[in-house]
Amino acid sequence: MAETVTDPELPMLTLADLGVLRDVRDEDGTVVVEITPTYSGCPAMGVMRADLVHALHRAGFADVDVRTVLSPAWSTDWISAAGRSKLAAGGIAPPGDAPVRRSGPVPLQLGPSRRTATCPQCGSPDTEEISEFSGTACKAMRRCRVCREPFEHLKEI
Amino acid sequence: MAHEETVYEALDHAHGGEGQWAFGTGFDEPLAGVDTTVPEGIDPADLGAYCLMLGDDALVLCQRLTQWVTNAPELEEEVALANCGLDLLGQARLLLARAGSVGVLGRSRERATASIPDEDALAYFRDPDEFRHSGLVEAPNGDFGQTVVRLLAASAWRLALLTRLRESRDPVLAAIAAKGVPELTYHRDHAARWVLRLGDGTPESHRRTQAGVDAVWPLLADLFTATDVETRLTAAGVAADPAELVDEVRDVLTLVLERATLTVPEWPTPQPSRGRAGEHSAEFTALLTELQSTAREHPAATW
Repeated sequence: MAETVTDPELPMLTLADLGVLRDVRDEDGTVVVEITPTYSGCPAMGVMRADLVHALHRAGFADVDVRTVLSPAWSTDWISAAGRSKLAAGGIAPPGDAPVRRSGPVPLQLGPSRRTATCPQCGSPDTEEISEFSGTACKAMRRCRVCREPFEHLKEI
Repeated sequence: MAHEETVYEALDHAHGGEGQWAFGTGFDEPLAGVDTTVPEGIDPADLGAYCLMLGDDALVLCQRLTQWVTNAPELEEEVALANCGLDLLGQARLLLARAGSVGVLGRSRERATASIPDEDALAYFRDPDEFRHSGLVEAPNGDFGQTVVRLLAASAWRLALLTRLRESRDPVLAAIAAKGVPELTYHRDHAARWVLRLGDGTPESHRRTQAGVDAVWPLLADLFTATDVETRLTAAGVAADPAELVDEVRDVLTLVLERATLTVPEWPTPQPSRGRAGEHSAEFTALLTELQSTAREHPAATW
């Protein structure tokens, strides 16, 4: 049941597709749900929490405890294959591989971003980034050089 | 169980159905379900004071960045600066909630009604002299060139710090830091590209960005001297010694400025931070008054 709850900002994805839903278990009659925030400031967390409680109540589970898990930090690598297909079908280019997390200093990236994305409208790989920031913290803005359509790209993190 | 028809009703129902405080973020307790036990050998008062410093840095810089909303040179940039601010606001919420979880709330709890969450009480009901951010983040934005220089400096410093705090002995602080690192990487790279574009752009953009560098550089003196709290927490394996960040931050900033054909000013001599001691400028009082005005005028409002 918890797996069917969708993301408030990306309604084509379930929280399970997004990798935000980390665990669901029974603890002495209470349904314990663990979720992890995507970005520190993701304003959708409260809605996710409420939607989970609501869905589980509707399914007949009276005692529900939604807990936040901060570590390990969420990564776009946790988005499922099904989630990636649904994103593309919904007009949002799915992320590539997330940068490797190293223990030392983070290298500076001065040039244009090396990210690539395929246009979700026409399928062309010939696309360019307009901005690394878009309508939500998790997306970048791109434009297709072939069909000229702008589109959003879930950026790697 | 009734089927709530709107998102608000669902949210309200899931959180007790008694109305939510109007100005905060009470629908989502940022540390709900997180084990906030303080590991042995760590002084909770010091840990809370440290989380306030880092949380206030993020909150105040967020507020400065959002002043560009409706004013940025282009729509995409407005969105970008607001997104950087949102990430910082999220980090601030987590850090202020961590401070609250160990009982470091200053006088805010006396002023805020009981239903207001700790992090909101800290943000809205402290006076200016209770804030512990550095002077770098509170300085006025200046023009866009100065803003991106300050964002570069602040995010390079914070990224250097948070990469180290991923190893903090406080698991909550370590987790908050680990979440912040990829976010700050985006902010730093974004600011660095603007500094390159403007510094190596037209004579006018070069001149104004250089003026921004010259205005921001003296503020860096504030960042690299440990307070007593930081010294004790560094020894306890919780904090990072700010003096250890100098080389990394200076290298990053120098590299960007040189590539941008800007003159790198002499590195300022580190000074004990007045901001970390609660001494702030009149401009900060004005900024905070605006941030807190509605909440203080209607402290018990719910919706």
